[in-house]
Amino acid sequence: MHCQTGSWGSYVPTTRTTVGDPLERIERLASENAVVIFSISSCCMCHAIKRLFCGMGVNPTVYELDQDPRGKDMEKALMRLLGSSPAVPVVFIGGKLVGTMDRVMASHINGTLVPLLKQAGALWL
Amino acid sequence: MQSFKAAAPHTTPDMFCHSSFFLRYIYLPFTLSRRFGSIFSLKSSDVDVVGNSLHYDAFNTGIRAAEIVSSGTGCLDTGQFMYQKGTTLGNGHTENWGDSGLADNSQHTDTSTDVDTDDKNQLQHGAIITVDQSKLKTGDQKTLRRLAQNREAARKSRLRKKAYVQQLESSRLRLTQLEQELQKARQQGIFIASGLSGGHGLVSGNAALAFDTDYAQWLNEHQRLINDLRSGLNSHLGDSELRILVESVMAHYDEVFKLKNIGAKADAFHMLSGMWKTPAERCFMWLGGFRSSELLKILGNHLEPLTDQQLMGICNLQQSSQQAEDALSQGMEALQQALVDTLSSACLGPTASGNVADYMSQMAIAMSKLATLENFLHQADLLRHQTLQQMHRILTTRQAARALVVFSDYNSRLRALSSLWLARPRN
Repeated sequence: MHCQTGSWGSYVPTTRTTVGDPLERIERLASENAVVIFSISSCCMCHAIKRLFCGMGVNPTVYELDQDPRGKDMEKALMRLLGSSPAVPVVFIGGKLVGTMDRVMASHINGTLVPLLKQAGALWL
Repeated sequence: MQSFKAAAPHTTPDMFCHSSFFLRYIYLPFTLSRRFGSIFSLKSSDVDVVGNSLHYDAFNTGIRAAEIVSSGTGCLDTGQFMYQKGTTLGNGHTENWGDSGLADNSQHTDTSTDVDTDDKNQLQHGAIITVDQSKLKTGDQKTLRRLAQNREAARKSRLRKKAYVQQLESSRLRLTQLEQELQKARQQGIFIASGLSGGHGLVSGNAALAFDTDYAQWLNEHQRLINDLRSGLNSHLGDSELRILVESVMAHYDEVFKLKNIGAKADAFHMLSGMWKTPAERCFMWLGGFRSSELLKILGNHLEPLTDQQLMGICNLQQSSQQAEDALSQGMEALQQALVDTLSSACLGPTASGNVADYMSQMAIAMSKLATLENFLHQADLLRHQTLQQMHRILTTRQAARALVVFSDYNSRLRALSSLWLARPRN
């Protein structure tokens, strides 16, 4: 039998506490799925980017930052990462940062998005 | 000395008082062989012609000088009378003038001019008046002078009035021209920047005007470049030269997207309204410009023949531009829905202050929604620009040249359609 209470010395938390680095969390979440979108539920541009991927037949993993307790910190971290506001929507494919709406659209038009998606296993054709 | 051949009926004393009378004596036709008698037969209309000519002032000077006569002296030294271009008569001639006289012995008609055909070269630009002093009394001279001066003043004022009326007429014509131009331009949705700033929002009005004029200028230059490209294609220009023309058109397209970016930052609603486009263009507009998915549809079969790789590239471009367009459209729908929800939410509170607070908070949310509208406009312009650039990448130089010409022609035909539609007869 194991107890989780008592001496703290033997207790090792299996998950990170809330005092974690938001950027690290972002990177971790991004690497867990082929296509990851960080969004805000009320943002219409986020809605557009979701529709774009769904229209291509991709099923993205969406994290709504306004519904996450650590969302504010993550938003700030993303803003620092991107160097511009707004922080959302932002897309990771295969764990790598692709960018915001204009980068995603540009890569779709110039034909580099689809191969990237195929490589990440998000698209089969 | 020429004998004076007077047509006596013309030289009544009454006539002497008419201003035209002086001119009859002054005016010599530039064909100098005419004799003095013919001068009498000049109609007043001829005189008027002279009066209106540039020589008038010279004559006037001459007349003035001629009027200033000193009593008791003989014939005036006509050498003093300088006409235009400094033509003077020699003294030899003046003596002739002094000796000549009117056959009519009326004291009022003692002014005479006589054309000495020997001196025709010297008379090319004018004539001389001499006053035979011996036949005039001093009082008459003063009266004469006064009357002559009055006549001159009257003549001058008549001419001034005529000039003024002419000026008014031409201004009126110009005004109607400008009004027509303005009407035409307004119908085309382009505002002429003639200092007419709108009553609503001076800042945004100026930004809109600035964009409109810049865009009109861009369009003119674009037509010129496309015409060069078209003639280059028709004259079967080499690929390297054609490429230069294509590159210049593409670079010029970069310019319009820069302009639109500036315009969108200054006044996004103006860009979205499409008032800077013609009505037909405006009707089929999407998010402040042409539909990127339409571009390839317009080009259609004009691009053939295409290699397999090119064909695939074109198909992919068609698909991706369509998908991106749909995504942005759906985002816009979501925005409009959110705005509807925000603005139509019932602010029912128990107190009046609660209403105001709710109203303000709803308005704040609506404002933030509007801010994303600028972002959508920006994304739509980016999409258009990138679609053009990708098309240029896929195609060969010649194909790209053809594509640019076809696309430009489509747009100019759409604009022409607008004009035709506006000018159509209505019953």
